[in-house]
Amino acid sequence: MNIFKKTILTVLASLLIIGNVYASDKIRIGTEGAYPPWNSKDASGKLIGFEVELAYSLCRYIGRQCEVVEQDWDGMIPALQMRKFDAIMAGMSITDERKKVITFSQGYADEVAALAVMKGSSLEGMNTPVGISLSKPSSDAKKALKTITKALAGKTVCTQTGTIHQNFLESGDVGKVNVRTYKTQDEVNLDLTSGRCDVALAAAVAFTDYAEKSGKSVVLVGPTFSGGAFGNGVGVGLRQASQLGGTLGVRDAELLNAFNKAIDQARKDGVISRLAIKHFGFDASM
Amino acid sequence: MDFDLMITSLPKLLSAAVITLKLLSASLIIGLFIGFLFAVLRLNKNPFINKFAYGYSYLFRGTPLLVQIFIIYYGLGQIEWLRSTFLWVILKEPYWCAIIAFALNTGAYTSEILRSAFQTIKPGIIEAGKSLGISNKIILYKIQIPVAIRQSLPAYGNEIILMMKGTSLASTVTLMDITGVAKHIVSTTYKPLEVFLLAGGIYLFMTFIIHNLIKYLEKKYSFQ
Repeated sequence: MNIFKKTILTVLASLLIIGNVYASDKIRIGTEGAYPPWNSKDASGKLIGFEVELAYSLCRYIGRQCEVVEQDWDGMIPALQMRKFDAIMAGMSITDERKKVITFSQGYADEVAALAVMKGSSLEGMNTPVGISLSKPSSDAKKALKTITKALAGKTVCTQTGTIHQNFLESGDVGKVNVRTYKTQDEVNLDLTSGRCDVALAAAVAFTDYAEKSGKSVVLVGPTFSGGAFGNGVGVGLRQASQLGGTLGVRDAELLNAFNKAIDQARKDGVISRLAIKHFGFDASM
Repeated sequence: MDFDLMITSLPKLLSAAVITLKLLSASLIIGLFIGFLFAVLRLNKNPFINKFAYGYSYLFRGTPLLVQIFIIYYGLGQIEWLRSTFLWVILKEPYWCAIIAFALNTGAYTSEILRSAFQTIKPGIIEAGKSLGISNKIILYKIQIPVAIRQSLPAYGNEIILMMKGTSLASTVTLMDITGVAKHIVSTTYKPLEVFLLAGGIYLFMTFIIHNLIKYLEKKYSFQ
């Protein structure tokens, strides 16, 4: 009985502590921690990467304390809506589909997507432009999509669940593709190297970062993709203020303003460029 | 609550239930064979044989099913020489990896269920058979095995239900079973409550069917 009482007391005490964290004035920012170099974890489990550093920088501009917390990608938007945290910084592209349920700050970085294969794949040497935009596809872009459609026919294309990449593959722009979806990009990379996936689609940097760190001969093929289904850059995901009027709604609206201003300032001071060069090897700021 | 979403999701989830049932039945059939084999090995008097059988059941009952799937799917996939053998034809497919993991797992539990059922057979029944001059072989097939199967029905019914719920892990290796499709719908609608409630309801209904089937069999083959 004594142990029973102790357990209950401990649980109650920890609930109080958790309650306090929620009540504090910290901005809680959700990230995946599994999408290097955007965000990932080091060997000790600490969150690192471009967005983790940028998050703390932005909070300094806002003048409030921050805490970056981890959340699985597939539950990211529901967790934001359930107020497990106040903002998303997880390489999340600004798309019309997501704007139906959440709102975004202005973009802070640009992400281009690309297809990747293992060296020696038949898909290597695809004859396409270097990059295509899907927002107002040119005739070259349309031709490239046709080339890709032909190349992907009958192939297993792997990508992460709930991403712009999955949306694109299922949009019909490249025909009917045999898509296989994974919970994390790590698993996509594993199955690309094992040969279960003929080709994979993700942010170009996700593949180059993996190739560099693992030493596996993963190579990009075809054009880089942007615009259209791929959205307009990566921004901070926030709750729509209208969802909840009242004090909470006002606070959400204030947060959107604060992030927009902070991004302006960070851009002007060159902070975003500096962090992008540090983590991506090129200036992906926008 | 978005009831429209629930209505449009239902047919998608029901067609995914076919995959779940396929995974379940294939694993149970293979698992039953494995279970029988290892139950017999466990009862063998040779210490090497029964220790080996015990080791198998200890290993697969002592580790999480999710870890077993990950080892078979992602782990074995990383071994380069394996990928050049005929085994890769099977291991390349997520479907077969899931069935192998599920079958080995349920096989371990089934072997324990059957072993204890064999051991609970009262020696008196076997002695009675012997005193009537019935051969050992006939005693095994006509007395021991039927009694053991009847004894293990309640526990095996539980195992079927556990395994049915376990198949939801197939979605972690890209299979589009009930859970996989539910996750896919959530990833575009961001409404986990509605979709997962519906998925849970389908699992519950399947449990209801299995539960009643086992109850019916128990009644039909009761000793009274």
